[in-house]
Formats: sequence, structure tokens, C-alpha cells
Amino acid sequence: MRLVEIDDLTVSFRQYEGVVQAVRGVSFDLESGESLGIVGESGSGKSVTCSALLRLLREPPATIAAKRLSLGGQDMLRADKKALASIRGRVAAMVFQDPMTSLDPVFTIGHQIVETITAHRDVSKKDAMQRAIALLKRVEIKNAEAVVRFYPHQLSGGMLQRVMIAMALSCEPAVLIADEPTTALDVTIQAQILQLIKDIQAETGMGLVMITHDLGVIAETVDRVVVMYGGRVMETGPVEAIFEAPLHPYTRALLASIPGQKPGKQRLTEIPGASPNPADPPPGCPFHPRCPMAITACSTTTPELETKAPGRTAACIRVAAELAAA
Amino acid sequence: MTAPALELRQITKRFDAQTVVDRVDLIVPRNEVVALVGESGSGKTTTGLMALRLVEPTAGRILLGGQDITDLSQKAMKPFRRQTQVVFQDSYSSLDPMMTLGEIIAEPLAIHAIGTPSERRDQARHWLERVGLDGSYATRYPHELSGGQRQRISVARALILGASVLVADEPTSALDVSVKAQIVNLLQDLQGEMGLSMLFISHDLSVVRSLADQVVVMLRGRVVERGPTDRIFAAAHHPYTRALLDAVPVIDPKTRRRRTFLSAEELAAGTPRFRPHEIEPQPLVDTADPQLVALVGSHFVEAIVTEGR
Repeated sequence: MRLVEIDDLTVSFRQYEGVVQAVRGVSFDLESGESLGIVGESGSGKSVTCSALLRLLREPPATIAAKRLSLGGQDMLRADKKALASIRGRVAAMVFQDPMTSLDPVFTIGHQIVETITAHRDVSKKDAMQRAIALLKRVEIKNAEAVVRFYPHQLSGGMLQRVMIAMALSCEPAVLIADEPTTALDVTIQAQILQLIKDIQAETGMGLVMITHDLGVIAETVDRVVVMYGGRVMETGPVEAIFEAPLHPYTRALLASIPGQKPGKQRLTEIPGASPNPADPPPGCPFHPRCPMAITACSTTTPELETKAPGRTAACIRVAAELAAA
Repeated sequence: MTAPALELRQITKRFDAQTVVDRVDLIVPRNEVVALVGESGSGKTTTGLMALRLVEPTAGRILLGGQDITDLSQKAMKPFRRQTQVVFQDSYSSLDPMMTLGEIIAEPLAIHAIGTPSERRDQARHWLERVGLDGSYATRYPHELSGGQRQRISVARALILGASVLVADEPTSALDVSVKAQIVNLLQDLQGEMGLSMLFISHDLSVVRSLADQVVVMLRGRVVERGPTDRIFAAAHHPYTRALLDAVPVIDPKTRRRRTFLSAEELAAGTPRFRPHEIEPQPLVDTADPQLVALVGSHFVEAIVTEGR
């Protein structure tokens, strides 16, 4: 079953300076049990895409338009408040970057997990607390019986992120959406949290959407990748293919610029220029001002996302030309 | 032998009862980049701030070009402030939003009463270009720039006085992936051109591998290992260094593997042990306190050296 279907999603924000299009015609799907990575830099539209999918954006100032936007088979554009409340948490749950601001500082960890469980299920508080403890144990918190009585400030960042994952799992969602879940964490804790997410996914068979700026996180965790830049999808494909033979010049440049891949002090391959300003994007392909392969047509035509190889798409007129010439 | 650019001897910082930095020895040789790595709470930032005397040490000495600056008054420090400069992680909060970029870059010259206002403006433009920005940026404001451009401004301001020692505290951590390489290259180019000595504080081991000559690893306020960068990446000896390196995501989905994680207790129990005769030169004998011992050349690891078990 298709858990997520996004077709031609556009998200704009009305601001003082005018309308900002954060997401410009994004499409992708997620099959049940699949793990998908959305990789992009700040301003690429990766987080806004997923917030729009769950209808978490305040509308207005946000305006969402799409040919199709569905989650667990339900039309998210037509769903009313009540329907949304039952979809969120049950069909899809989200884990955010900063667990400290996602949790309420004045309530205990146990209270907040119980609140989530009782909001979606008809169970007693006592049973819900037992389930909260079981969930904390599942995310490998050893003294779970004690931790339910803790307040957020008593836990480290890594522990809090485990709590957030436990909370997201509390209603057995069909898909977990993790938005930069390890960006604020130390590297050793990041490795543990990523492993935990992978283990839980393998065990429950839930779908996973991993949003990140870190290609290393993508390489370690997901099966399929969506590369975003300037509010658009640049490339999609299986993770191994993307890393072995990236199609889009942006993906290639991004992979080449990662430091520390070879031993020795050395200059890095840099991408000149800066990411586009969402309020004033360049015409044509958003990457063309920084692209080493750009031709005049790149600044006038916006390339469509096209199938370039089995299971692989890219939005680049130069890639098509290359393949035709080969 | 010329004195190292920067030397910290047994530097210690206690806040109330807590020892954040515990008897750290650190040397930044001239024209080298020394990376100080460790996780949050390891004391790496406090160590960097003590090197600049922005935080006063509880004990230990700070030497700049061989000269002890630990007890100098703020006034006597002023000439040394020209030699040591700093770039912080967050360029948004470290640049005054009310000043133009030209004013920001030229401010250190004004503070040290160098040149006339028009000479200072020329210098600022020169430095804008040197860090890869157009001279016309001098009249713009920080909010008009991207994160990478702001970090270029921070670098220009830090180096306009001709500093010989640069402390860079996570200068690339807040930057986008596509811009990170630009700033790493800029620092590397300027380091070569100006003969800078750099203390590069970072938790990003990938950047460290491409930029640093030496790596110093800190854990809970202590240096647990230090050595040439290639040696640390190829043959780390301390279990904590190995854990840190092992946790770095691998940019190749085909080599995915399950990791095993050591608990804090297992890490502590894993401190290397040597018998005194195994160590050259002979260290203090039979003490339960861990000490830094030389392995090969300039590769040191914290170990317990004792005959007993």
C-alpha cells in the first residue's frame, strides 16, 4: 500500500516582503515498510514538505496546493480537524530535531507519554502508564520506572530524543517521520539513536521518512533517497545508486564536497556560491547559478523530474543530454 | 628551537566544585593546525577560551610565542590580543547587526588605533576581497548575508590585525553542507599564506581529518589521546577515540553495519594499561592515576602505568 502520496505539492507563505514559495512542485511516494531519506540544505523545503503533509503548518500564512496529498490513503487536503487528529500519531508520527522544545518542561515524562496514549486510545491512565514504561524500555532506557517520574530537564539530549521516539511509537504509527532527529546530538549518541530507529523499523515494519542535511545519516539509514534543493526535487533513486553514481550535478557536487573522505590534509572540492533565497529564487533550474554543467537553457527552462534509469529520476536537462550522447 | 605559537601547561578550570578542564597540556606549533575534538561537556571550548584569556584558568600557565601571559593585566594583554584572535560558531550573534560589514571588519584596527579612517576603510575592503567577497559589501549589513558569507566576515575581522594564532571554535558547524567546504578551504588558504597557527575546536571529525596536522582528544576535561592526524585516524589507541571515530557515519551505503556501543563504565574500564618497562622514556611508576604516555613518536595516549594488576 502507498502510505504517502505527494503529487505536485506547492507550499507558499505570505510574508511582509511578498509571497515566498518554499516548496515548488514536489512529488514522491512512500510504500509501506519502506525507508526514505529526504536530503537537502536549509531552505531546500524538506521540512516544510513533511509539515505540509501532516498539515502542521498554520494556514494562513501558509497556502498548500497539490494534485494529491495523501497519508495512509486519506486525502490530507480535504481532511477536517477531527480526521487530522486521528491520522496524526496513528498513521504518521513525527520526531523533531530539538527534543527540549518538543516536550513540556512542567510535566513529567510519564505524564506526557500517557497524555499521547489516552488521546488516541480508550485505555485507563494506569494501563497507559504501564505502556509508557514498556515504550521507554523499548527505546533502551534502562531505569524506565524511574524515568517516567522525571522532568525533561533531568535528562540528557540523547535520552530526551529516546523519549520523543517512544512517544512517537506510542500509537504504533504506520510511518515515522524524523526531522533531523540527531542533528543536535553528539556523534556517538547520534550513532546510537540512528541504530535504534533502524532496529525499531525492522522490528515493526513501519515506514520511515528521514529528513536530514547529512549525507552520512542517509548513507547509514535509508533505502531510497529524495534530494531537494531550492524547493524542488533534484533527484530520486535507491541509496546505493545515488552514492555510487549520482545523476544530478547538485548531488554530485554535494558528495564531492564532503570532507574527510581521504586521509591527509587537503583542500576540499567546494561548491561556489550560496543556496538560493526562497523569496527570490533564480529562474529555471534552482541550481544553475552554481552548476558547473549549466548552459543558457538552464536559466530559462525549469527541468521536469524525469525517469533517467530504472527507479531513478532527475530534474536536469544536462543529464538527459549526456545519456542521449552516450 | 623556536617556541611554539601557543602552549598550555597543566591548564585547569574549576567552576565551583566541578573540574571542567583538568591539567591539560597542549601545544600549537607555529604554522600548524591542531584540532581539539571531543563531545559537548568535554571542556574543549573552555580550553580554547582560556588560551585567549577570555576565561581565567584556575591553575596552569598560558604561553604565547614562549611568553607567559597568564598573569598579565588586561592592559598589558592588549598587544597580545592583536596576536590571538577567535572565530566562533554562530556568526549571527557574533556580528553586530547595527554595524556595516566594513565597520565590523575595520573595528579591530580602530580599537588598536591603527591607521586613519580612510586607511582602515581601504584595509576592510582589501580583507573583504581576501575572504572572497566583493569590496562593495563594505556598506551592507550582516542580515543581508548568508551563513557562509557571515562566517567569511568573522574570519576577515579576526585576521585584519595580522594575528599569528587563531582559535576557531566550531566555525563550520552551523553551515550548510555545500558551503562548509568553502570555509574549510578559506581557513586552509589563509593559514598557508599568513603562516597562521590554529587551534581548531570541533566535534566534526570529517573536517578535522582534512584540515588538521594534529588531533587532541578530550574526554570529561582530560586529554585522553593526541597525535598526528593520520596516525589518530589510522591507529587510535584509546577506546574513547576509537568509539568517536567508529560513530562517524560512513558515506557508503554498501558498508552499513551494526555498531556496538560501550557504556561509560566500559569506556572507563578500557583505559589502556602498561607496565613501566614497556614505556619509553620511563614514566612515573605505580600510580593508579592515568597519565599520558608516548606510544610512537608524538602519539600519546592516557594510560595507567603500573606493575600491579
